[in-house]
Amino acid sequence: MGSLLRIVGQRLALGFLTLVVVSFVIFVAVNAMPGDFAQAILGQGYTEEAGDAIRKEVGLDKPYFVRYFSWLGAALQGDFGTSFAQASFTAYAGTGTGSGLGTVAAQLAPRFENTMFLATVAATIAVPVSLVLGLLAALYRNTIFDRVVNIFTLSSISSPEFFMAYILILLLAVLNPLLPSLSNIFDGMSFADRLNRTLLPALTLTLIVTAHMMRMTRAAIINLLASPYIEMARLKGISPMRVIVVHALPNALAPIINVVALNLAYLITGVVVVEVVFVYPGIGQLFVDAVKNRDIPVVQACCLIFAGAYILLNLTADVMSILSNPRLRHPK
Amino acid sequence: MSALTTIAAIVIISTLGGWMFRFAGQKGSQNAPYFRDMPYGVAVGYVLGAIVLLWLAKTYYLGTTLEAPASNQYFFFVKAINLFVIFALVAYVFRIFGRHVGTAGTKKLFRAMPVTAAFGVMIIIAYAVTAIFAGVIAPHGQDQVFALANVVPGGDPALGGNPDFPLGTDQIGRDILSRLIYGAQNTVGIAFATTLLAFFIGASLGFLAATLGGWVDQLLSRAVDVMMAIPSLIFALLLMTIASAWAGSEKGILTLYMVVIIAVIDSTRVFRLARAVGQSIVVMDYIEAAKLRGEGLGYLVFREILPNATAPLLAEFGLRFCFVFLTIASLSFLGVGIQPPLADWGTMVRDMSQFINFAAFAPQVAVAPLLAAGAIALLTVGVNFVVDWMLHKSSGLKE
Amino acid sequence: MIKIRDIHLEGRSDESWIPIINGIDLDLKRGEVLGLIGESGAGKSTLGLAAMGFARDGVRISKGSVEFDGIDLVNAPAAVKRGLLGKRIAYVAQSAAASFNPAHKIIDQHTEAPVQHGVMSTKESQEDGMELYERLRLPNPTEIGFRYPHQVSGGQLQRAMTAMAMSCRPDLIIFDEPTTALDVTTQIEVLASIRDIVEQFNTAAIYITHDLAVVAQMADRIKVLLKGDEVEEADTRTMLSSPKEEYTKSLWAVRSFQRPAKPAINTGATPIVSVKNVTAAYGKMPVLFDVDFDIHAGRTVAVVGESGSGKSTAARCITGLLPPINGHIEFEGEAMPLDYRRRNKDQLRQAQMIYQMADTALNPRKTIGEIIGRPVQFYMGFTGAEKRKRVDALLEQIELEPSTYFNRLPSELSGGQKQRVGIARALAAEPKFIICDEVTSALDQLVAEGILKLLADLQDNLGLSYMFITHDLATVKSISDEVVVMKDGRVVEQGPKAEMFQPPHHPYTDLLLSSVPEMDPDWLTDLLKARGVDNIGDAAVGKM
Repeated sequence: MGSLLRIVGQRLALGFLTLVVVSFVIFVAVNAMPGDFAQAILGQGYTEEAGDAIRKEVGLDKPYFVRYFSWLGAALQGDFGTSFAQASFTAYAGTGTGSGLGTVAAQLAPRFENTMFLATVAATIAVPVSLVLGLLAALYRNTIFDRVVNIFTLSSISSPEFFMAYILILLLAVLNPLLPSLSNIFDGMSFADRLNRTLLPALTLTLIVTAHMMRMTRAAIINLLASPYIEMARLKGISPMRVIVVHALPNALAPIINVVALNLAYLITGVVVVEVVFVYPGIGQLFVDAVKNRDIPVVQACCLIFAGAYILLNLTADVMSILSNPRLRHPK
Repeated sequence: MSALTTIAAIVIISTLGGWMFRFAGQKGSQNAPYFRDMPYGVAVGYVLGAIVLLWLAKTYYLGTTLEAPASNQYFFFVKAINLFVIFALVAYVFRIFGRHVGTAGTKKLFRAMPVTAAFGVMIIIAYAVTAIFAGVIAPHGQDQVFALANVVPGGDPALGGNPDFPLGTDQIGRDILSRLIYGAQNTVGIAFATTLLAFFIGASLGFLAATLGGWVDQLLSRAVDVMMAIPSLIFALLLMTIASAWAGSEKGILTLYMVVIIAVIDSTRVFRLARAVGQSIVVMDYIEAAKLRGEGLGYLVFREILPNATAPLLAEFGLRFCFVFLTIASLSFLGVGIQPPLADWGTMVRDMSQFINFAAFAPQVAVAPLLAAGAIALLTVGVNFVVDWMLHKSSGLKE
Repeated sequence: MIKIRDIHLEGRSDESWIPIINGIDLDLKRGEVLGLIGESGAGKSTLGLAAMGFARDGVRISKGSVEFDGIDLVNAPAAVKRGLLGKRIAYVAQSAAASFNPAHKIIDQHTEAPVQHGVMSTKESQEDGMELYERLRLPNPTEIGFRYPHQVSGGQLQRAMTAMAMSCRPDLIIFDEPTTALDVTTQIEVLASIRDIVEQFNTAAIYITHDLAVVAQMADRIKVLLKGDEVEEADTRTMLSSPKEEYTKSLWAVRSFQRPAKPAINTGATPIVSVKNVTAAYGKMPVLFDVDFDIHAGRTVAVVGESGSGKSTAARCITGLLPPINGHIEFEGEAMPLDYRRRNKDQLRQAQMIYQMADTALNPRKTIGEIIGRPVQFYMGFTGAEKRKRVDALLEQIELEPSTYFNRLPSELSGGQKQRVGIARALAAEPKFIICDEVTSALDQLVAEGILKLLADLQDNLGLSYMFITHDLATVKSISDEVVVMKDGRVVEQGPKAEMFQPPHHPYTDLLLSSVPEMDPDWLTDLLKARGVDNIGDAAVGKM
């Protein structure tokens, strides 16, 4: 058991290290930009003195590493700094208050919640559907069913997210007005209302993720069914059901967990485009707006959140598949 | 009939029908092993498949016989079915053509090809021709603005069309057909160049890491690990922000920056594959023999390793191209990709997306944005079909 | 009990079906053991599985019938077939490590068939399993079943699988090369266990193998297959003493090749290669300890040992791929740089290598002419017509027609031809010394014979020295002049061949020599008697 804990511990440490390095990369990348925070805030009204004053105030005069660690330290506590858009707005209006409205964290919090809600709805539909479809396609491989499913999933993987989104809008919102085509979400909505408005973006994500997940499940199961111990089980005259449940499933656990986690990680990327199409008030949309407006603190914060979630999911997959490996669970 | 009763009816019909289908099959075929050992689930599957086919046929029939406006509901459905059938037929004919024309090598290739792969090959050739001869084929220039804005596609004046603009014009009066054709040149060309660059960087570094091993391998692999820990679209968006700050008001150079950024991000995936393939070749005895002969690094990489890595790399090239192509389309759709005045499909979809809302009463109007998005999807589907076949072929009898 | 008539099997390749077995009849009586032998690709495993009414994915029974105890297995409903498999017909696979499910304990997999077929309760079956383990002489029979497969050694797993096949006391067991993956000393134990238990329960068996000596010990009757066709079938003793068909005779004749003994080495002559007190390690794991031997001009030194004995590592030390951490390598009396990267072209040229797997030793994308031509150009500097002339001469030396083979790719050659090209590539460097790493073990016996003869002729004509790495003692007997026996990274014993095959031996050499199956059907029985039955358990090996 000790060695297992050690391996898991190593992976966790490695994951944490990756996160730190990634945060450093993001920090360095942003600091490689021409011009700086002070110029961006002051815009046309930039003068040397005013710039220096602001630099001193936010600590831009300090060396790189000091700034990196203070930024990271603050970010870990949920303080991602002040949004340029908000900051310049308040500066322009001359009402620089410490109300917290302008902080990145205040902007992010509700949107983060919305994005999580969207991802959860999508995952709840996608995971069971794709696992069942993948299993069926593997069991009945090379049949008509398998081929039809193959063509459909390949087509849906190949389509850009916005194509899927508009097709769904066309079918379910415009031609058959079943769901709203814009996801107008605000605080204090009832759960049913919220679900109703989230369903269309969630379905779009589901379609794309299901295709990936189903294909990977199919490949994993086929790989497994080709192993000699499955042939052995069949040669013992065991019923096909029992072969699947007792012999294939325990060994399929690790690859399937891997597939699910990888695809949830994929959801993170997919969310950006889908949120823009449906004007869904999540992090993805905020991120794209920030990219267009060059709102650096927001871009930085969003990147960190996306990368963090991505690393965390991949790490989970890693650890879970180690834990479900009988060779590691029962060392010699 | 409400949705619930429909579902209930389908469930009842398929459960009963499945049993009946199998029973009839057993009686009809004198208990042939196929029907005798058929699992119940499979029988139900056949019945469900039959129900779906019937529903498709019914809807298609309604769509073609009803008059507008009742047929508007089925406009896209009918078009989709028509397109699907036409594509299937053309691909089939194309394969027959390929089997009888050309060199012995290509004939043999076409004989072993499934229809899906033939379809893919056909699509790739069609796109390549369009992209190369865009200037000749397109009736108008890509940024030529006409006085007639918002012309409806179809070319029928009664419905608000214009025969000069068979696919209509956009909000500021540019010919959509010409922009679609130029889009092939811009979108596909840029994606192709990006993939080539990604391959050049990724493959050369990957083989280097595999051949040299040691600290070179460690350093490169760790760097790639870190880059791959950031989701690629997010990373691309981050770097594009910075690039746009560098580019300032010069929008043209931003497209160039984008090519480099996406190529670098994507080269990490190529690196992984090239390294893995390289490592599996490096352990071969013929590499050991060459090393013991005293051959240099250049000979090892280019004469011994590379010729054996072309097949997996070619398949990977297809996949990576799709990925790059979709990433660029997504960036353009989000407004930070290929910059105007270049016509580009992702941007076109974004600009014309509002047209979709007219689909219920004027289905022709909604066609334009879907055409641009469909053009993207069609090429990636085609490439994926070809790659899928290549991978299947190289995996031999495994599946 | 089992009656196969005119069976045809086909395998799918791309879109068409290719015949694997073309119409074979097979009969087996209760309690009888039939040996199926043939070279790789003869279709023995496919036929074995067909005897269970089973065809792998991508294989189909296209014609013919399989009758088991009056039941037609080809046309029986799936449920009826399932009722027979595991209960009345059982299967023992080649690789036990891959055929046990890694997720379940051995005993749980053992009890599965009896419980599912309703033969015994879980408890009864567990107790029965422990009894079987004891009969099969597994250590700790009451405990071993509660381990997971990866916690048990290969030889033990193979016996546990035999026990599993026995769990329902079937009427028929198919053994599919059960000892091929094992070392010779382990093979003996498994063979003895299998034979005992099959005799005790009077089970009928089909024993599939490519090893003639093994099948001679196990089978009552032998059937010889060649490329999906039956060659002949006869009683084991009749078959061994008087085979009828040419093909069978040629199989039997393989081991007759013997080189005449060479005169003793002049004391004082400088050896071509001498390995001096070499110690080597992979990373921190030491694999060779103080290895020391000489190879003299024009002689063949066979390095013998089981897998993991360090014989291939010794070769890697000589070539410089694995620089030893201690000791040195001398070439004609002069110390060579230990790392191959520091050797000059001429030093590299002097020692050439021929590999076990000709498939991985030749670059599949290069023609034969390019493969052989490269060292000619690289070392001799020949180009153009001169190079072509030299390559042609080399091809003639290895008995391949130059005009036919010059432009072919390795994939268009047979296994034996590929191995010949490997030899030509080594010869192209005009070396004095060649390392042959298991060069015949991947080849069928007849082809291997041809390679051995070629190597012997080349040695006589060119005065080459060989270091011949092998685990096969028959090969050692036929080609070597001196023998080095290795175990666990050390040299156990060395000396001229004549001395090595005469007692007294080092105990390990003795075990190794006596474990090699011989063609005599009484060999195993005699050996077990000589060793004493108790002595064949794991303890015997562990002691060494």
